[in-house]
Amino acid sequence: MPTRSSADLIVIGAGVVGAACAYYAARSGISVTVIDRGAVAGGTTGAGEGNLLVSDKEPGPELELALLSVRLWRELSDLLPPRIEYEAKGGLVVASDEASMAALRGFAARQERAGVKAEQATVDQLRDLEPHLAPDLAGGFHYPQDAQVQPALAAAHLLRAAGGQGSGGVRLRLGEEVIGVLTGANGEVRGVRTASGDVRAPYIVNAAGSWGGELARLAGVGLPVLPRRGFVLVTEPLPRVVRRKVYAADYVADVASGSAALQTSAVVEGTPSGPVLIGASRERVGFDRTLSVEALRRLAAQATRLFPVLAGVRAMRTYAGFRPYLPDHLPAIGPDPRVPGLLHACGHEGAGIGLAPATGLIVARVLSGGQLPLDIEPFRPHRFDAAG
Amino acid sequence: MARDRTPAGLVGAAPEAPFEITFDRRTLTALPGQTIAAALWSAGVLAWRTTRRDGRPSGVFCGIGQCYDCLATINDLPNRRACLVPARPGDVITTQEGHGHAELSV
Ligand SMILES: Cc1cc2nc3c(=O)[nH]c(=O)nc-3n(C[C@H](O)[C@H](O)[C@H](O)COP(=O)(O)OP(=O)(O)OC[C@H]3O[C@@H](n4cnc5c(N)ncnc54)[C@H](O)[C@@H]3O)c2cc1C
Ligand code: FES
Repeated sequence: MPTRSSADLIVIGAGVVGAACAYYAARSGISVTVIDRGAVAGGTTGAGEGNLLVSDKEPGPELELALLSVRLWRELSDLLPPRIEYEAKGGLVVASDEASMAALRGFAARQERAGVKAEQATVDQLRDLEPHLAPDLAGGFHYPQDAQVQPALAAAHLLRAAGGQGSGGVRLRLGEEVIGVLTGANGEVRGVRTASGDVRAPYIVNAAGSWGGELARLAGVGLPVLPRRGFVLVTEPLPRVVRRKVYAADYVADVASGSAALQTSAVVEGTPSGPVLIGASRERVGFDRTLSVEALRRLAAQATRLFPVLAGVRAMRTYAGFRPYLPDHLPAIGPDPRVPGLLHACGHEGAGIGLAPATGLIVARVLSGGQLPLDIEPFRPHRFDAAG
Repeated sequence: MARDRTPAGLVGAAPEAPFEITFDRRTLTALPGQTIAAALWSAGVLAWRTTRRDGRPSGVFCGIGQCYDCLATINDLPNRRACLVPARPGDVITTQEGHGHAELSV
């Protein structure tokens, strides 16, 4: 039996980005229906890590988004329960030799001009910051703004908090796949079709993550989102062995690479529940879940190179996720001029947890006609069209 | 006399000579082929780990390697499943406190 219901806004996708869109929209008085074919955080949000990083970003639009987001996450950490495991732990980027330290110095200097706090650390200081670090490193930079959350819990609590006082109200429809976009006579959005009926709204947000390209296709537009696979290695529970998020300077180059081939550079971090997470590889192989022993072998080798102590610790399990990748490594955020009423909030690749609040805030401001917190031109969803 | 209703008795096993292992410095005997958990149980030891959060005692639950309740520190290696590891002469088993890696804490 077809059912009908309506809201001001339909958010497609209950990952962290959809949750943040729902949160900020509802908080500005908009009534929101969130639809996901699976569970909350059942997509990439439940298959990644929770690093909120400014340290790995070149000055530019993504860094601006990240700087705004780390501020918003800090605010959210006061509003959401401690169970989201927000930790303002800081990041530490280390260089293995003098050449890489020099490159890091240049990178950090450019970031500082863009508002990032970066503190150079000598070899001795590295020791104090992270006692288990390998002794033969050349130095590093400490980034106090880097933080961490538990992504699945953060998404769930954002959705829960989106209701509450002064909210436009949030309805969750889980286990319902969006199979069509409803449009009116002038091509404007009227809602979506799911297997269990039509849901009406004048605005929809494509927060379908790595599946955002398919969702765009349902709306009749192109958006070249591709999956970029990542494996994470999980150790047995440990006491605090790694205090910050620690990674080698080459990570930044891997993140920025457009190559489809396997790249690994370990990012090592402890978690409140004990296991150390070693992430993450990057490769474009479609939605293939086959275990890659090569990726895991490399991650383990790089992590033990940074933290020799990990060689004596067992890896308990591994998991993989698919980052939503757009060819220029920038997300698609904002209204799509090709379909009135359609907005996008997807394609955040390996930084969607970090960038979610700023994305949600932008979407809410677009819808409520408020002032945008930053220039969203670089994120325009139609930029991959010949004319865009 | 009552029939010997131990597993070894039931199958009519004729194990080779017992050997010694230690649990928290106490000497126990084990039979060849016994797991560490079986040897501990035979000696009346039911718990050899404290849980990470609440420090509660823990021992065998499933007995078949699935639940990870039976973790013990065996020959200085924590997090070994006592229900799967065969006992060997001279094994040193110690109660595992929480994650068993306190020495790594910074
Ligand atoms: C290994 C790995 C490590 C990572 N580490 C980090 C990190 O440390 N920090 C960080 O910031 N980011 C990290 N990321 C990236 C981050 O996880 C993603 O950018 C983020 O989760 C994307 O969130 P999302 O809400 O856009 O997508 P998702 O969480 O994938 O949500 C999209 C949702 O849309 C739903 N959906 C799709 N199509 C439909 C449809 N037709 N109908 C209904 N529902 C639909 C899906 O079911 C899904 O739940 C990592 C990713 C990986 C894989
Ligand atoms: S008792 Fe369950 S794994 Fe050993």
